[in-house]
Amino acid sequence: MRSFTYARADSAADAVGRAGASGTAFVAGGTNLLDLMKADVARPGGLIDISRLPLDRIEETAGGGLRLGALARNADTAYDERVQTRYPMLSKAILAGASAQLRNMATNGGNLLQRTRCYYFYDTATPCNKREPGSGCGAIGGVNRIHAILGASDQCIAVHPSDLCVALAALDAVVQVRGPDGERSIPFAEFHRLPGDRPEIDTTLRPGDLVTSIDLPAKGFAEHSTYLKIRDRASYAFALVSVAAGLELDGGTVRDARLALGGVAHKPWRDPEAEAALIGKPAAPDSFRAAARVLLRDAKGHEHNSFKIELAERAIVRALSEAADRKGASHP
Amino acid sequence: MTAIPSIPGFLKEPNGPIGKPVSRVDGRKKVTGDAHYAAEFTLPDLAHGYIVSSAIARGRITRIDASAALALPGVIHVFTHENRPSLAWFDRKWKDDDAPKGSPFRPLYDAEIHHALQPVALVIAESFELARYAARLVHIEYEAAPHQTDLRANRANTFTPGKDKGGFEPPPKPRGNPEQAFLDSPVQVDAEFTQAAEYHNPMEMHATTVLHHDDGTLTVHDKTQGAQNCHTYICNVFGLSKSAVRVMSPFVGGAFGSGLRPQHQLFMAMLAATQLKRSIRVELSRPQMFSFGHRPETIQRVALGAERDGTLRALIHEAVQESSQNENYVEIVVNWSGQQYACDNVRLDYKLTRLDVHTPLDQRAPGAATGVPALEIAMDELAFKLGMDPLELRLKNYAETDPNTGTPFSSKELRACFRQGAERFGWAKRSPAPRSMREGRELIGWGMAAGVWDAMQGQAAAKAVLGVDGKLVVSSATADIGTGTYTVMTQIAADVLGLPIEEVTFCLGDSSLPTAPIEGGSWTVSTVGSAVKAVCDRVRSQLFTLAGKLEDNPLKGVAEADVLFADGHLIVRDDRSRRLSITDVMRGSGTLSIEEEARALPYLLARARHTFATHSAVFVEVRVDEDLGTIRVARVVSAIAAGRIINPKTARSQIQGAVVWGIGMGLEEEAFTDHRLGRVMNHDYAEYHVPVNADVPDIDVLFVEEHDDMVNALGAKGVGEIGIVGVPAAIANAIHHATGVRVRDFPITLDKVLAGLR
Ligand SMILES: Cc1cc2nc3c(=O)[nH]c(=O)nc-3n(C[C@H](O)[C@H](O)[C@H](O)COP(=O)(O)OP(=O)(O)OC[C@H]3O[C@@H](n4cnc5c(N)ncnc54)[C@H](O)[C@@H]3O)c2cc1C
Ligand code: SF4
Repeated sequence: MRSFTYARADSAADAVGRAGASGTAFVAGGTNLLDLMKADVARPGGLIDISRLPLDRIEETAGGGLRLGALARNADTAYDERVQTRYPMLSKAILAGASAQLRNMATNGGNLLQRTRCYYFYDTATPCNKREPGSGCGAIGGVNRIHAILGASDQCIAVHPSDLCVALAALDAVVQVRGPDGERSIPFAEFHRLPGDRPEIDTTLRPGDLVTSIDLPAKGFAEHSTYLKIRDRASYAFALVSVAAGLELDGGTVRDARLALGGVAHKPWRDPEAEAALIGKPAAPDSFRAAARVLLRDAKGHEHNSFKIELAERAIVRALSEAADRKGASHP
Repeated sequence: MTAIPSIPGFLKEPNGPIGKPVSRVDGRKKVTGDAHYAAEFTLPDLAHGYIVSSAIARGRITRIDASAALALPGVIHVFTHENRPSLAWFDRKWKDDDAPKGSPFRPLYDAEIHHALQPVALVIAESFELARYAARLVHIEYEAAPHQTDLRANRANTFTPGKDKGGFEPPPKPRGNPEQAFLDSPVQVDAEFTQAAEYHNPMEMHATTVLHHDDGTLTVHDKTQGAQNCHTYICNVFGLSKSAVRVMSPFVGGAFGSGLRPQHQLFMAMLAATQLKRSIRVELSRPQMFSFGHRPETIQRVALGAERDGTLRALIHEAVQESSQNENYVEIVVNWSGQQYACDNVRLDYKLTRLDVHTPLDQRAPGAATGVPALEIAMDELAFKLGMDPLELRLKNYAETDPNTGTPFSSKELRACFRQGAERFGWAKRSPAPRSMREGRELIGWGMAAGVWDAMQGQAAAKAVLGVDGKLVVSSATADIGTGTYTVMTQIAADVLGLPIEEVTFCLGDSSLPTAPIEGGSWTVSTVGSAVKAVCDRVRSQLFTLAGKLEDNPLKGVAEADVLFADGHLIVRDDRSRRLSITDVMRGSGTLSIEEEARALPYLLARARHTFATHSAVFVEVRVDEDLGTIRVARVVSAIAAGRIINPKTARSQIQGAVVWGIGMGLEEEAFTDHRLGRVMNHDYAEYHVPVNADVPDIDVLFVEEHDDMVNALGAKGVGEIGIVGVPAAIANAIHHATGVRVRDFPITLDKVLAGLR
């Protein structure tokens, strides 16, 4: 770990002001950033500690939704009664991630900004365009079991590892940001970006931007939703494939649908065409499969991860079936 | 029958602690933080070392520039091959008790790079954080050379090793005519199996703290399974006199074989301490735990031929494993296949391929944990082809004597394991057809496998000191790597002398104690336990002799064999009112302390004429999601035959832990190597998966009765490794029963099952 300066921000404005200096980073729970610093992957010259800012509340919004403070802990968010009853898929997604200890430390804002778990990204002796632009992508032609099947580029095939974000994508959340130029709102679909030829940039945030909250719209698909996570062990592993699914049903017919995938791309993957393919269709495995095929139409596998394509299709069918069957159903 | 020395009275006392579920005598220390591990010792002048690891897999270092690191205030020195002092020259000086044939790796010896993550420099600084930071600033240039790390790509390029490592005999000569018998067999199985490389990854990372005392002597706290092995090594390598150094390892946070050889952090800490003349600590990082020995990747072929009634006609087992360029690590893999079933036509073949890797290293049940599962899956495949119950097939071909050698087993209660394990599991209710049991979307599979491991014994010495207060201290330079050595040795000593457990202290993990071998191979109870018993027998005779000299001796006229030692007393067996306390004997005879030392050897004659082995039968239920291929082990029954169980509580922990690892081997553990870089990529706990609590079901362990007068004076075999051996196969067989999908490549990740579910 390199030497760095440390300062505690006493207000959001103070935090944003301090972030003006280049090479600084916000630290919230520290569960991702500190690991990356120890591995010499992140090398901030200064840390701005935001963990004590009063952005840790969960509040009602005027529009009937919920505002999740950027510094609310993942655990507090998952166990909030309003989240559990109105957005059960979100609660499940959080609880499917990491471990109880980590969820107690991790904040919602930090979860959005956690970085990929690509092996090469973590090992400074290997090439990685995300860590060191222009050095090449180790994972292409290398070890890529956990890598992307959608939206990748020839520069980077990493995936975003979050569970929380997959549910937020499905729910059409909005990220509230305070930056040097004031406040703005970023629709979730536009928050994370695809790697393209700038894989070192994960999001559309600008330097100095502080995430202040994540707003959930009123519609939470509480009746028919689920979060399904498939991984290499029963707990404490990142998703190979995960699915956040929400349905609005009219008898046996789909009236509205949300479908987001994790573990498959550089951002939570949503596809309006796949969702459109569900609308007006019977809530049955055949329609779910058809929608899955639309979503996966451009999927491309690598040496070790081609299985994810078939797995994703099956997972989508399972998740939508569970959502259709049971209120807030989850996979055991 | 071979003549066995008689065991006067021993183990016949009704209430002795042997066989009792005594709680760990060191348990309180461990849970209160009073047990100190290698990286926890300190002195005021302690400096910290951080190792720089090679960025390439093979080649040479062309330039090292440590100036940026050295420019930092608080950085003391950077050791490299360029500035190291002169060290031992001959290979034999670098050998250790677990070294295979070849030339041991020498850290910082020259510019050559032999494997990825090879230690290439050591930064010493006033704090750990500073040393770690400075290590990033050491600039190293390399000239890379082509490397080979891919076993598959090099599988044709093999050689046949000899007896290249202690404890492992080359395969026996073929018997009968296996190839023809196989061709002539009406029912055949012929398949290839692979096992991924696994890293030991104990919780405690390897660490050494060298305390440099004012008089120039050194106390070395090391994470090791053999304090004396490390002591000899550092004295040889650094040319030190034996009395100037003492190696200590009273507590070890797991090792699983990783501490059988001196690892490079020991060398590094010693190098710095001897050169800088101050106390030094060097601890590896988790990624650096992937820089040395591992369970080698293996490719195997098993071919079985059988009659329609299930009688085995032919058995062929071939294995190819990786070793390094510099040493012939062998674990033979195939020999247990020749021992497990009666078969007249057998060929066992074992080969090595040299790769540019660090030498592999014994890992829990080395060889058997890899080879036996291949055999046991093949047996399951054969049973399926025959339409026979897998348990029946095993009973049909039960080996009454060891087919490899023709010698009888000293004891073998595998049949009882099969019977009792099956009963406990409810095996009789299994419906034989694959995919015939389910609950909702979960396919249920029941599978079983047998296991076998050697019951070895080495030589060890122990010392006992009995004080006038009736307190006994017994010591031997063995190790307790979490296995329960402290507890079990305490029980044995307390049993022989009839003392309460609390009156007995056992000391270990100190090179200055009486000689004991490295703690591995499940031989510690057998080896050290026998020495503890021998030395306590001597104390016992002493006490009896001293009692005879007392004026009014209530034991007068009674032979030693007719005296019991219990409750701190010498008691006449047939008239318990005639008794004398140990403290009275000591005081009455004016004895301040009794000191004895004894050495125990294996019963060599019996060993020459018998096969000594532990056995197991493992039954597993898995649940497989029929759409997603996700696998869950729902329950495990492990029935073990291992002679007398000295402590059913610690023994059960050993088996449970081994079953957990068996689940990891079966389903999760795999080091992913990028063969272009020659480097393991998932070198941390986040991506190198071992089972978590949620993966571990109810594990039901049962020990069957097994009497063995030949194995040693304790009748005990050792349970450190047998628990893992059959588990991966039982899981694979259960998955086949659940899904109809046969996977022969470990670990069985969900993608491999999914491919078959399509
Ligand atoms: C072993 C392990 C397993 C895990 N498993 C999972 C899993 O299965 N699923 C999952 O979803 N996650 C998992 N995680 C990741 C975990 O959820 C994240 O580390 C955590 O959410 C990050 O939150 P934090 O508050 O600790 O962020 P920090 O580490 O403090 O910060 C992370 C990044 O976010 C930035 N940041 C933080 N807050 C703000 C803000 N308000 N505005 C702008 N920038 C900000 C920081 O500058 C930094 O770049 C795992 C982590 C570990 C270590
Ligand atoms: S996939 Fe992305 S993160 Fe991984 S090595 Fe390639 S560029 Fe780096």
